[in-house]
Amino acid sequence: MKTRHAGMVAALGVLMTACEAPDRFGGTRSVPSSGADALFASFDAGEPAVPAHAPSRFGFGAEASAARIAAWDIDVRPDGAGLPAGRGSVAQGKVVYETWCVACHGPTGTEGPNDRLVNTSPWELAPTSQAIGNYWPYATTLFDYIRKAMPQATPGILSPDQVYAVIAYLLWMNEIVPDDAVMDAETLPAVIMPARDRFVPDDRIGGSGPVR
Amino acid sequence: MSREEGSKLSRRAWITTTSGVIAAGLVKTQADAVRLVAQEAPTSGPAVDPTRVPGRIVSELGIRAPGEQPRRLLRGEALSSSSRTPLADLMGTITPSDLHFERHHAGIPDIGFDDHELLVHGMVERPTVFRMRDLERFPQVSRIQFLECSGNGGGVYSRDRMPTEITVQALDGLLSTSEWTGVPVATILREVGVRPGASWILAEGSDSAVMSRSVPLDKVMEDSLLAYGQNGERLRPEQGYPLRLFNPGYEGNTSVKWLRRIEVTDRPTHTRDETSKYTDPLGDGTVRQFSLVMDAKSVITFPSYPFVLPEPGWWEVRGLAWSGRGRITRVEVSADGGRSWVDAALQGPILPRSTVRFRHLFEWGGRDTILLSRATDETGYVQPTVQQLWDARGQRTSYHQNHQRAWKIARTGEVTFGLGELV
Repeated sequence: MKTRHAGMVAALGVLMTACEAPDRFGGTRSVPSSGADALFASFDAGEPAVPAHAPSRFGFGAEASAARIAAWDIDVRPDGAGLPAGRGSVAQGKVVYETWCVACHGPTGTEGPNDRLVNTSPWELAPTSQAIGNYWPYATTLFDYIRKAMPQATPGILSPDQVYAVIAYLLWMNEIVPDDAVMDAETLPAVIMPARDRFVPDDRIGGSGPVR
Repeated sequence: MSREEGSKLSRRAWITTTSGVIAAGLVKTQADAVRLVAQEAPTSGPAVDPTRVPGRIVSELGIRAPGEQPRRLLRGEALSSSSRTPLADLMGTITPSDLHFERHHAGIPDIGFDDHELLVHGMVERPTVFRMRDLERFPQVSRIQFLECSGNGGGVYSRDRMPTEITVQALDGLLSTSEWTGVPVATILREVGVRPGASWILAEGSDSAVMSRSVPLDKVMEDSLLAYGQNGERLRPEQGYPLRLFNPGYEGNTSVKWLRRIEVTDRPTHTRDETSKYTDPLGDGTVRQFSLVMDAKSVITFPSYPFVLPEPGWWEVRGLAWSGRGRITRVEVSADGGRSWVDAALQGPILPRSTVRFRHLFEWGGRDTILLSRATDETGYVQPTVQQLWDARGQRTSYHQNHQRAWKIARTGEVTFGLGELV
């Protein structure tokens, strides 16, 4: 599993650990081993989506090749699954930020005009705002999002190295990693975000009980 | 008859006519209401007697009457922006497709029907690429259901900034209802074979934000669609043409548009739009995540700002109610600020996870009056007051603000948003 980045922990005493715990949201629902057919029977309360005489498989569509899947399967999860090779430092990230990000997010990540990126004060202390440092629960989400959607005018233009670097810089601006931090497929999932443990599953259940 | 008498007469005649026009539901736009306030005569129709001239012939594509020009309300012109449905201009429950609200995170992509492909992979037996013609060949279903952005109503939650001059379009226009047609996600997952242990999917769009959301597998197996049709035609580009996920009763953002990929997983992906956005910071310092279901809600669409009731008398309160948890079972209306309530009439058919039109005939006595509505759904959930939401969640949440809405009718007949009078 992921390794601890000892140097960074020593440098600032930043809380970092391997991200091995099962996802709190992952174990609550499951499909029985009989697979889709068991659930399929309950579709839309007695209104089956396919008639009883339908074949078990229609055979429509084409087999997806491994190359095709690899080309599109670019999401990144909190355990680091999906992270590509590459690495980037805070100093390299400063160059990326000032080239591609500063126009929309401001010199210190607080000026806008688009989303504020930097805030080290707890979000419940009004007036403040939600940003990476005080709200984002997982550092891996930065990679998932920036690689896909940023910069807004030319999304997808950043190399993996550049994405790792700008994340290092954003985390440094938010006082989460030290100025010699390097982000890669090992160190990024090991970053513990300050707000991570604040996130809880939805407890609204409808019905006539207390308003939630 | 003196000139003054003539003026009075014509004015009285105009008010009578105008009242009839309002009662008939013909005064529907802000411009019409403003005209009423100013007591200007409505724009007169063509001078030509339509019984004396031949009409227009058939056309390949219909258009609205020249006097009927409902419009979406735009919020900003950024790539990530929204437009809102003119709820006060609409009747029944179905939203005309060109007035369906929009919420895009990086604009509307141009995608050709024959070019689009959906990749289904992950914890499946047979990873498959489907073209649109493949998807349309599977057994098809249609359902009438609402779609609502969970940010709807965000403008009327702050205790310190409760507006009065806000239209129902600006307030709750991130709500629309359509007949959606497509293939159940369950049918496609049956086709590819879900592996044991799977519990979520990741749905990903092919817009330039590559919008991605995790959705519980149980949900998509229950009733989600891969939708390619809306109100009898293929999807509009701004609704995800040629393919979108449609999760009935869930917050709109999860119904990913321009859908290009479904990955079956054993855990959520925690994308940006389910962590830093579309989550609910609560008063106790925690953040509610995956708050996906839209709780029951109702809103009065008439009378609402900026309508002006020109005279006391019989008026019909009209509105919409809906719940992401099933059917609406009851809508109550109060004409005294919530002290007493009466049941409104519900227009059938009452469909699960769809809007229902409610109506209540009431006699306005010409006094200051605060109208409220509250919905109850089949789980027994009653639409809460804003105070109940504040008590439960605090003041910082930005989503799922489904509290009761209020409209104040002043003695002048002017209608404004009235919640500030009650809190």
